[in-house]
Amino acid sequence: MNSWLRKNLFNTWYNTLLTLVCLLGIYQIVTGVGNWLLTQARWDVVATNLNLLLVGRYPASQIWRLWLVGAIGVLLVGVSLVRPRLQPALKARLTPLLLGLWPLSLVLCFWLIAGGAGLLPVGTNLWGGLLLTLLVAFVSTVLAFPLSVVLAVGRQSTLPLVRWFCTGYIELIRGLPLIGILFMAQVMLPLVLPAEWRLDRLLRAIAGLVLFNAAYLAENVRGGLQAVPRGQTEAAKALGLNTPLILVLIVLPQAIRTVIPAIVGQFISLFKDTSLLSLFALLELTGIARSVLAQPQFLGRYAEVYLFVGLLYWIFCYTLARVSQRWEKPVASRL
Amino acid sequence: MKQSIWRNQRFWRFFGQALVVVLILAGLAFLGSNLDRNLRQLGIRLGFDFLRSQAGFSIGDTPIPYQSSDSYAWALLVGLVNSLRVIGLGIGLATLVGVSVGIARLSDNWLLRQLALFYVETLRNTPLLLQLFFWYFAVFFRFPPVETPLRWLALTVSKGGLQLGELRVSSEFTALLLGLSFYTAAFIAEVVRGGIQSVPQGQWEAARSLGLKPGQTLRLVVLPQALRTIVPPLGNQYLNLAKNSSLAIAVGYPDLYAVSSTTFNQTGRAVEVMILISLTYLSLSLLISLLINLYNRSVQLVER
Repeated sequence: MNSWLRKNLFNTWYNTLLTLVCLLGIYQIVTGVGNWLLTQARWDVVATNLNLLLVGRYPASQIWRLWLVGAIGVLLVGVSLVRPRLQPALKARLTPLLLGLWPLSLVLCFWLIAGGAGLLPVGTNLWGGLLLTLLVAFVSTVLAFPLSVVLAVGRQSTLPLVRWFCTGYIELIRGLPLIGILFMAQVMLPLVLPAEWRLDRLLRAIAGLVLFNAAYLAENVRGGLQAVPRGQTEAAKALGLNTPLILVLIVLPQAIRTVIPAIVGQFISLFKDTSLLSLFALLELTGIARSVLAQPQFLGRYAEVYLFVGLLYWIFCYTLARVSQRWEKPVASRL
Repeated sequence: MKQSIWRNQRFWRFFGQALVVVLILAGLAFLGSNLDRNLRQLGIRLGFDFLRSQAGFSIGDTPIPYQSSDSYAWALLVGLVNSLRVIGLGIGLATLVGVSVGIARLSDNWLLRQLALFYVETLRNTPLLLQLFFWYFAVFFRFPPVETPLRWLALTVSKGGLQLGELRVSSEFTALLLGLSFYTAAFIAEVVRGGIQSVPQGQWEAARSLGLKPGQTLRLVVLPQALRTIVPPLGNQYLNLAKNSSLAIAVGYPDLYAVSSTTFNQTGRAVEVMILISLTYLSLSLLISLLINLYNRSVQLVER
């Protein structure tokens, strides 16, 4: 203990000084924040509005459905994460099962959340808070993924016109701020689509996020495409496969497997970016926090609400980042 | 032997590109015709004439003279200058904080290392928008009113902003600048840490055996080599900072996007405002990546 202290904190005179300065800073901050937390902060604003912050105005009698969705999600992700570490025989049996279960449970979860067909329907205007944030981030990623694969393949294409178009799209979107793209989605989409197609505010926001996210995901996928050795394509050509088959059967599966950590990273950043929807009158986590703060009895409780909401964001982002770091190792070793 | 046209690669290359061009043109024509019809129904005619008419709204931060009787074009220019001001200062501050935290992440002082890790993991994993709200509403709103400011040496702090001698900055500007810089600094810190770690351990040892002190080793031996890996991702962070500066509207700082948004609300000119925003941010992005590329060329290894 003593030698650890001497080695890590007090090995030279300036390190001793640094340690003391750090300790002083920590002491100041901890006492200041602690004092605020224990004596001044009034957490009833969070306690009263907890349901609102987590699920928006989702009917209280139906919240069991969300718990079920959560359980399905945790189970599925858990099994998928454990799979690479299983014995080969078990793994081989699990893989087709998982491939079938994923789409099936997505449909099931959507049905559980939205209702209809035997369940009480819950309109999108009642979804909010953390629930909406998670849904929007997830749906935008799932929808943007196929588009991003097309863009990435197009950018690598030997056909110049296709390559120019895909490069142009990706660079255009990446040069613009997300808030501008969301503005465009809210204001321009109704103008450039036929008047009969009425997209509501939420759908327009999701459309904007998909167009935005596809460009960034495409760059991640492109990295994966470039990481596939040339020998793979050449070997497939020698076997007589044509270009589309080489792409679908040989290159893309290897490319996508290597970029899963990067895709998780992009999901984390999209998850944080959904907070921008609050600027367009949508009640996701940040939006609902602002509407809670607008209630007259909770005026001025900014610190409490924003700290709580920040903690929620942090838990999700941090957990995802750690999980993807652990995922990176087995993926790397398999290749 | 005559080859079937379906096996001819030149045919497929031509056909594939023609198909893509036709699809894109058809899509554009569809969107364009809808736009034309919808605009006619709303009775709006495209054109940038509105830029010359009187703006009629006031702007909080005016680095160049502005009155509400000035034109929209001038108001947008004020917004642009405000954006540039926060981007320029933000890049400087974010680099300063980011490099310090990045080096602190590798310090041999355990406590400092943990503090730097705490900084990075907290700021990186929460949305910037939320941090801006926090800075503005939870920090600056708590300061005393303008009449009775806090005084600390030459610096006075109040709800209205900071004042240091002659220099005065609004609280909106300061909240945005701090939020933006501290958030970006967390990412820059990781870039810097990665760059320093990419320099082989032997370089440290060699410098030490030449009798250089740790500070000198870092400054003269390690950082110049680390710059090669640091500069390209650092440029990306600068671009992100420039784009994220458009969140100014959240704290009420009148940057380019905020002024454009007000212009749109008053005139209803969606298409024109969108074009202006896109062109400006694209040129800004282009300018920043150009500067970064120039700088990058100067730090890269010159090969024989």
